[in-house]
Amino acid sequence: MISVKRISKTYDEQVLKDVSLDIPGGKTVSLIGPSGCGKSTLLRIIMGLIDADSGRVLIKEQQLTAQNVLSLRRQMGYVIQSGGLFPHLTARENLTLVTGFLGWEGNRETERINELCELTNIAPSDLDRQPDGLSGGQAQRISLMRALMLDPDIILLDEPLGSIDPLVRYELQRDLKGIFKKLRKTVLLVTHDLGEAAYLGDQIALMKSGTIIQKGTINDIVSNPADSFVEQFVNAQRSPLEDV
Amino acid sequence: MHSEVRWRMCEMKTSAAPALTFLLLSFLLGNVCEARQQEPVRAGTKVFTESVVLGELVTQSIQSDGRQAELIKQLGGTQILWNALLDGEIDVYPEYTGTITEEILAGSEIGSIAELDSVLATYGIEMTRPLGFNNTYAIGMKEEVAAERGIRTITDLRNHPGLSYGFSNEFMDRSDGWPGLRQAAGLSPEDVRGLDHDLAYRGLEAGNIQVIDLYSTDPEIEYYDLRVLEDDLGYFPEYEAVYLYRRGLDKNVVESIRRFEGAISRSEMVRMNAAVKIDREGDAVVASRFLADTFGIDSEVYEEGLWDRLLRHTIDHLYLVGISLGLAILFAIPLGVLAVKVKSIETPLLGAVGILQTVPSLALLVFMIPLFGIGAFPAIAALFLYSLLPIVRNTHSGIKSIAGPLMESARALGLPNTFILRRVELPLAVPSILAGIKTSAVINVGTATLGALIGAGGYGQPILTGIRLDSVPLILEGAIPAAVLALLVQGFFDLIEKWISK
Repeated sequence: MISVKRISKTYDEQVLKDVSLDIPGGKTVSLIGPSGCGKSTLLRIIMGLIDADSGRVLIKEQQLTAQNVLSLRRQMGYVIQSGGLFPHLTARENLTLVTGFLGWEGNRETERINELCELTNIAPSDLDRQPDGLSGGQAQRISLMRALMLDPDIILLDEPLGSIDPLVRYELQRDLKGIFKKLRKTVLLVTHDLGEAAYLGDQIALMKSGTIIQKGTINDIVSNPADSFVEQFVNAQRSPLEDV
Repeated sequence: MHSEVRWRMCEMKTSAAPALTFLLLSFLLGNVCEARQQEPVRAGTKVFTESVVLGELVTQSIQSDGRQAELIKQLGGTQILWNALLDGEIDVYPEYTGTITEEILAGSEIGSIAELDSVLATYGIEMTRPLGFNNTYAIGMKEEVAAERGIRTITDLRNHPGLSYGFSNEFMDRSDGWPGLRQAAGLSPEDVRGLDHDLAYRGLEAGNIQVIDLYSTDPEIEYYDLRVLEDDLGYFPEYEAVYLYRRGLDKNVVESIRRFEGAISRSEMVRMNAAVKIDREGDAVVASRFLADTFGIDSEVYEEGLWDRLLRHTIDHLYLVGISLGLAILFAIPLGVLAVKVKSIETPLLGAVGILQTVPSLALLVFMIPLFGIGAFPAIAALFLYSLLPIVRNTHSGIKSIAGPLMESARALGLPNTFILRRVELPLAVPSILAGIKTSAVINVGTATLGALIGAGGYGQPILTGIRLDSVPLILEGAIPAAVLALLVQGFFDLIEKWISK
């Protein structure tokens, strides 16, 4: 569904080195790694928000180009850490910005919004608020609704729960997993939390310094670490009972 | 006090190069408005009282002969009037022969009135014979002191080296002022000091000084009872008052203008100046009385009341501000957007509008004259240019400061750039753009007062007249409404900001 072929990108230093990655349809891949490893950059390149220096991105067998980038973006949902909701619009206006552009009729919009409210567990009355009147968890749910408005096959999430407090995060992780499976979406999730990566992802791709050093299930990674860095990364997760 | 002196000084110092450029430009742009037949005759004046009185005289004279005429008071300095005359923006204005030969036609050797006529004719301009008085530098003393010592002429001063001289600083410095006079007249007084002109009159009154410089038609001559010493050496240049008018005016209009040839004596001009500046009578009233006394002409003088004036100035001012600000908004917001979107023009564009802002507002106004003539139009053009920077800059920074993730979210929705600009970027930049518009509007209201200098009217008009007449109430008549308008504009935008941020 998503195929990344030999992508390289250099800013001041090289952030992506010849990265290739395939995400089969209906699967969730968690992209994990330390800060600055290039995982967010890779996500932006797939979304066509920045151009790679070399390499290709194929979305549903189509190569991403300047000509088809707008239509391909509409086939992918995108959720970022802070939600990225437009502060001058109400939650509902955030949802209908793109459908309005595409000329959807009011009925169709309302119907879709109601479906998504149910799916993401949002009360329709919350949609009349401005983003600054929403809690962090609500904002992320509405951000997800916005990403799902056009019912894309692909969802890209960049640390979507990074700034959500633990209780809400726990709940959201559960809901996300349910939604992804129910809708059979192809998902690429960027996170730095191994637990979240393992819980949500069918597969985990572990990145370090611009390369994917291991890709597999959580069991593969834990039982068969590719190198000492992977081992360290796996062991760096703290159990709450560790020091008790 | 004595703002005329300062004005004359400024005018005389204008160098020849810009003058020539002005001449050239206005000559190219001139001749356009050649044919205006039954339109009212338009008279202009400089910014000092004598010029305004002479303007009233000629306007009322033309009107009394049955032709419509209007007066644009305090239009500006020599160059502005001369160019307005060449362009046909005005038909007639009072001038001085010395100013014509030394400043307007500087460089051409003109010996006689006949030569002056023929040179002016090449510009399509005609000149009346002298009106009868010479407004040049002069040396003055208290009448009683001069009489007591029997001093009648400048050379008489040679025999009285013990007198104290108090000269204005300009007169002390100018080579054709005191340094030259001292040599030419062979004067060697013991006590000469440079001081402010107002102080000179006070010193004269108190008896600390006995001899001062002045202009030969200053109203203070009458007020302080001064004797103007005869320039028996012919040292000071001739500044004979005349009217300049465009060739091709109707014969009876020309007659109405030429009626004043030889008709105004120096003492009569001094009296009229004093009536306006010291007795605070209206220019029009004073001129009307002269016409009645001298020619038996009854001219109607309409004295506008305070509220009528205020209303007229307010309308003029709002017109200047409204149109220039509206145009600025229309152009500046797209320019600001362009600066964000087109990397290659970002720096040059912001630099260019920044430089516009550094041009002194007065200079910018004057630059507009060769392009657009006089009146509201050039003032609006200058105010427009002046209003661009805050709006362009705030539009630019308002869009630039939108958080990166937000822009990314907008692009990730698969929306085209124009749509994002309209629905996301501009709405998010509104508070910043509005702040820019507010800044522009407030600056604009203040700067528009300068528009009066080029005949655009507005609150600057009473301020200008107030400065000319040294009248604080008149200055306040312009300054207070201008300040109130600025506050209202500020409050209006504050309200909009509050309403938007709700």
